[in-house]
Amino acid sequence: MSHITEPLIFKHSRPGRSAVGQYPQGASAEVPEKFRRSKRAALPEVSELQAVRHFTRLSQLNFSIDTHFYPLGSCTMKYNPRACNAFAMLPEFLGRHPLAPNSVSQGFLACLYELQEMLKEVTGMKGVSLTPMAGAQGEFAGVAMIRAYHRARNDLERTEIIVPDAAHGTNPATATMCGCTVVEIPSLPNGDIDIDALKAALGPKTAGIMLTNPSTLGVFERRIQEVARLVHDAGGLLYYDGANLNAILGKVRPGDMGFDVIHMNLHKTFSTPHGGGGPGSGAVGVGQRLLPFLPIPIVGRDGDSYRWLDENDIPQTIGRLSAFMGNAGVLLRAYVYMRMLGREGMHRVAEFSALNANYLLARLKKAGFDPAYPERRASHEFIITMKRQAKELGVNAMDFAKRLLDYGFHAPTTYFPLLVPECLLIEPTETEAKEELDGFVEAMIAIQAEAEQDAAKVKGAPYNLPVRRLDDVRAAKQLDLTYGMRNTE
Amino acid sequence: MPFIPHTETEISEMLAAIGAPSIDALFDEIPAALRIKSLAAIPDALSEMEVGRLMQQRASQDGRPLNFLGAGAYEHHIPAAVWAIVTRGEFYSAYTPYQAEASQGTLQLLYEYQTMMSSLTGMEVSNASLYDGASALAEACLMSVRAHRRSKSARIVVPSTLNPTYLSVSRAVTEGQNLSFTVLPYEPGKGTLQFSRLEALKGEDITAVVIQQPNFFGLMEDVDAITDWAHANNALVIAVVNPLSLALFKPPGEWGTKGVDIVVGDGQPLGVPLSSGGPYFGFMTTRMEHVRQMPGRIIGRTVDLDGKQGFTLTLQAREQHIRRSKATSNICTNQGLLVTAATIHMSLLGAAGLEAVAATSQRQTSKLVERLARIPGVKVVFDGYRFHEAVLQLPTKVSEVLEALAKRNIVGGLDLSKLYPELGNALLVCATEMRTDADLDSYASALADVLERKP
Repeated sequence: MSHITEPLIFKHSRPGRSAVGQYPQGASAEVPEKFRRSKRAALPEVSELQAVRHFTRLSQLNFSIDTHFYPLGSCTMKYNPRACNAFAMLPEFLGRHPLAPNSVSQGFLACLYELQEMLKEVTGMKGVSLTPMAGAQGEFAGVAMIRAYHRARNDLERTEIIVPDAAHGTNPATATMCGCTVVEIPSLPNGDIDIDALKAALGPKTAGIMLTNPSTLGVFERRIQEVARLVHDAGGLLYYDGANLNAILGKVRPGDMGFDVIHMNLHKTFSTPHGGGGPGSGAVGVGQRLLPFLPIPIVGRDGDSYRWLDENDIPQTIGRLSAFMGNAGVLLRAYVYMRMLGREGMHRVAEFSALNANYLLARLKKAGFDPAYPERRASHEFIITMKRQAKELGVNAMDFAKRLLDYGFHAPTTYFPLLVPECLLIEPTETEAKEELDGFVEAMIAIQAEAEQDAAKVKGAPYNLPVRRLDDVRAAKQLDLTYGMRNTE
Repeated sequence: MPFIPHTETEISEMLAAIGAPSIDALFDEIPAALRIKSLAAIPDALSEMEVGRLMQQRASQDGRPLNFLGAGAYEHHIPAAVWAIVTRGEFYSAYTPYQAEASQGTLQLLYEYQTMMSSLTGMEVSNASLYDGASALAEACLMSVRAHRRSKSARIVVPSTLNPTYLSVSRAVTEGQNLSFTVLPYEPGKGTLQFSRLEALKGEDITAVVIQQPNFFGLMEDVDAITDWAHANNALVIAVVNPLSLALFKPPGEWGTKGVDIVVGDGQPLGVPLSSGGPYFGFMTTRMEHVRQMPGRIIGRTVDLDGKQGFTLTLQAREQHIRRSKATSNICTNQGLLVTAATIHMSLLGAAGLEAVAATSQRQTSKLVERLARIPGVKVVFDGYRFHEAVLQLPTKVSEVLEALAKRNIVGGLDLSKLYPELGNALLVCATEMRTDADLDSYASALADVLERKP
């Protein structure tokens, strides 16, 4: 990583400079005066080399999987095989218009159809729609289908979605977006759901429950079958947040656990790139009851040919969620990944992500760190709490996280889940080698020693990055969201 | 084992450290009855070479037909440098910049993007992207309800010349939140909003009026008059625009007397290939006064402990990971990598370059329409200035014509006969700067042959 910051691109701009080779010459615009733009947009005027150098230098200010161990809990930052990118970016796929006739789309549709089939198999579901463009949109689709199901049965009072307190923020936000009210239930000290609280929350208004299993606490919900029975008996449906699917791939399937609907983060479990914050893909899978409500379009098969299924085929669909069919290029990458892993490779995902997580947990525990759930197995991730360090040394989870950056490790997820104080949620993934994990443990031990000797040093971290700790309060109070908004340089 | 580095020795050492007899034992908290033995329907693994062969076969099967289809996704030249940089691992394999100090590259790029997009649309602030143009409109409708506190109706007025899929998506995404959509017809023969139908709503409580410019037919709406009418009638205005077209056209921030309130659209024309429908990215810009109602990530410039400039996620109190059930949206991951492409693309082309691309596209569409209209039986449906797209009427069923053209390796446009049945055998065609005059001639002669039923 480079430590030298780069000026804004606008600083490289000079009036009249341009990368002329990049655009067609000769056409003059005939725009009626009424519609004409009077002043050009303030885009940079730079040469091709200046642009290339600027953005290359910016890239060097990032941590990434390709450059650093990135144990960001709940995000499954594993290696994104280059082949997935190369084969999804074949010129024919890139040049294909989304509304091109089926007759010139059979190769593309075959890939998507087979992807649907493979996702059904690994989740134990009866139908899959690939159209949601991110996990949160998959969640939306899932809850919207649950709502549509109850409505189709004229069961109109069911508007409550039960969400455990450990859930991702997207779960309650999604429930609200779907017009539902959120009923939060607590977790037990051992990380399992409080069954008594669940029983108390269930009733004639229950639309469903949104669960992540293993949960965001990094442990498997052991009484999941009982939970499923209780929710179904109360007339509700079960939603599976697939954020942690990596932990169980090829070991246990959400469909077998009793879930009615699942979203899968293809950018986590199926290793499509996170891209600095997307694109994701939130494909949804459903059991029998929700098949009629899947979002469209879906790839269908007639004999040897494939075609898009739409509202004529699925009249009760919750509708379209994207202008076309979702993040097609992401789907192709996931397809290539699954074909390269094959049947045995699926099992290995869960096995080695669990091996790495449990090994890292064991080593950190031995080094004196405090697991949040010491008596439990880790799934593919686990939590340590820095409550003791915060109290005794005044060095908190964020300080450890920032200091880890100096040691060349991306920080784990901090302060999530919300119910464990001073927590670090650590997810190593299956693609990391043992020596990388050992290096992380050594760094944690070194930071602990620093914290004991010189707390201020840790609290002032990072030192070796392009910038030191940033003033977030100022960022929110003195908003500077575009160059030129404030008269600063 | 593809992508898994562990040696047998390491596995044993790691299990010993854990105190577990086997990897299988790590799953002992999962009820035995639930454990699966095999995933029978998943095929055997392929090597990279084998999967490459398979994907090339699939790609070749679809080929590279000559494309005259737009309808919301446009084929433009993308400088080679754009995706060479986008696919650098440091951009490609990073995630949401939660650790700002370790993500200054992505954060600064997003700040530059926000600046460019605000300027292009003539608005004050931009977010860091939404999923695509259609879902961005849905979010804009929801945002208008939050931003316009005096309006109690949650009623959104849209013209029927809005991309029909954008309306379908807006309905689907807002379904649980009691919004209503009033669709106003276009002027027959003219193809733009029938203004008298808008005026008939005078005095009613309208939360927002949506205007797409150019509209789905490629025609120009009277955006100044509509914007002013909406504001005079206490409604917000949401503009849906093609960002490339803004190199030529008056930006929404200057429509009417006051400019619009929210601008959305699909960023695909800015450096993102057609790629079978995605990933693209949705953009959203607005006035400063509405920034706290805006969904999605927003990047701010600030300083570090030493007073040095730096960039960070800001106004996070709007977002799901903080506000949970009271967030402005459930959006979390957005389309960062595509915004990376657009920012590099806009930097390489600059305003002059985008203008040249837009002007050439406009010229090629005009030429295409001219050539196709010379074919007996083919009529231009709407007169007037047009950008990117045009509606033609054919003497015969459009779906059959498109199939016949596909056999000649031409993607001939979009069949409008189901979306707008009143237009009869209507076809929406498009040409960009990528289509040469020879391409236009090929299309014209192929269409003439198809209509004459020549083999």
